[in-house]
Amino acid sequence: MSATDRRRFLKIAGTSLGIGVLYSAYPLAHSQGEAGHVFSALGKSTGEKVTPFSFVQLSDAHVGFNGPPDPLGTKAFERAVDMINGLPQRPDLVLFTGDLTHDTEDRKVHVQRMKQFQEISRIINAPLIKCVPGEHDAGLDQGALYREFFGESYYSFDHRGVHFVALDNVSRPKPEVGAEQLAWLKKDLARFPKSAPIVVFTHRPLFDLRPDWEWFTSDGDDVMNVLSTYDNVTVLYGHIHRDDEHETGSVHHYGARSLIFGFPDPNANTGPRKAMPFDKDHPFKNLGIRTVSFNGKAEIGSKALSIEDIELTAREFRGINGVQQILRDPRV
Amino acid sequence: MFRTKPILTVAATLCFTALTILTSTSRVHADDVPVVEITAKRFAFNPDKITLKKGQTVKLRLHSEDVTHGFFLRPLKLDEEIPAGETVDVTVTPQTAGTFTTICDHFCGANHGNMNMTIVVE
Repeated sequence: MSATDRRRFLKIAGTSLGIGVLYSAYPLAHSQGEAGHVFSALGKSTGEKVTPFSFVQLSDAHVGFNGPPDPLGTKAFERAVDMINGLPQRPDLVLFTGDLTHDTEDRKVHVQRMKQFQEISRIINAPLIKCVPGEHDAGLDQGALYREFFGESYYSFDHRGVHFVALDNVSRPKPEVGAEQLAWLKKDLARFPKSAPIVVFTHRPLFDLRPDWEWFTSDGDDVMNVLSTYDNVTVLYGHIHRDDEHETGSVHHYGARSLIFGFPDPNANTGPRKAMPFDKDHPFKNLGIRTVSFNGKAEIGSKALSIEDIELTAREFRGINGVQQILRDPRV
Repeated sequence: MFRTKPILTVAATLCFTALTILTSTSRVHADDVPVVEITAKRFAFNPDKITLKKGQTVKLRLHSEDVTHGFFLRPLKLDEEIPAGETVDVTVTPQTAGTFTTICDHFCGANHGNMNMTIVVE
């Protein structure tokens, strides 16, 4: 079954279930030469055995959002958590790419929303949860409240041979990373060889996806000039509430669906951005899941992660068996 | 408080001739550069649509009634900050006809993402 046929089948299957993005990374296991050495060195630096692992990306829950087009509040987010916890093999890591909460000028209310996000995410059965802010978390106070709850808004860490970089392109008034963070990024990556596997997660796209919808980062080119010197970089982002795939040289960018409502195809819509309408018969439509697997190649221009977009049905496919059932059995 | 960019100060304090040729909020300046006044207030621009003529220079007089807003339109090379309560002038000579969406790109609150206006160049 080709990827296209599979995707078509999944759309035919009906109502979607909001969950996020499920990733599988298999560093080292299939890697040879320099890439294999890089994976090994990264793993040793953290004291972790370099083995295949999976992780999940969630994005744009907007906890506290109330009103059209989505009257369901946190239901998709909560359902996504249930789905993750139903996986027979728990993910090592959950990445949340911003807009954890919806903003409000009432600080007490925003505090409550941050707490509610933490209460829901605390249920996730994963040893590590990492976040970056979205503009709705950090835009009004330059990230002060976000940092109180979640710590620094940009940072990096190594996990089983993969270097993860969290970038903040929302805490400044304009959609930008800024000179200070850019200098930090250069310094952070300087210790790695060109072939190091790097996953960047951030909120806004780092390229001009649709500037008149504010789907861009004004100094994204500066960031890409840094990242493009590395051969195996994947950028995961949110903000656009829909799937998207883009290449900048050897860097692959993937936008994620949200857990609140979808936005339409920017290439098929002129004029201002408008959220997709809520469909009460298909309440989780346009919210979905994506599986990603490392393809074992760490060559220049190759995709370190291969990604499969899925639109789940409202039927109760529980855990990875359910996902695989949808993915692999065309008779379902 | 009134602030103008240095490049625009030449004409900033002169009186205006009330010749409306573009919109109800536009005027022709003594140096014959029409002025179009646009007010930003969360979460809308007023007017929400203006029409300019291709190749004709106009001065956009941007005023914020509340917080700091942005005024961003890449095809016309507009990327302005409008500080809270202040006025900013920017001169533009559109070279491309079309209908463009201008956005506030300075985060200003919950409905910031819907703060936009249309500039038509014909």
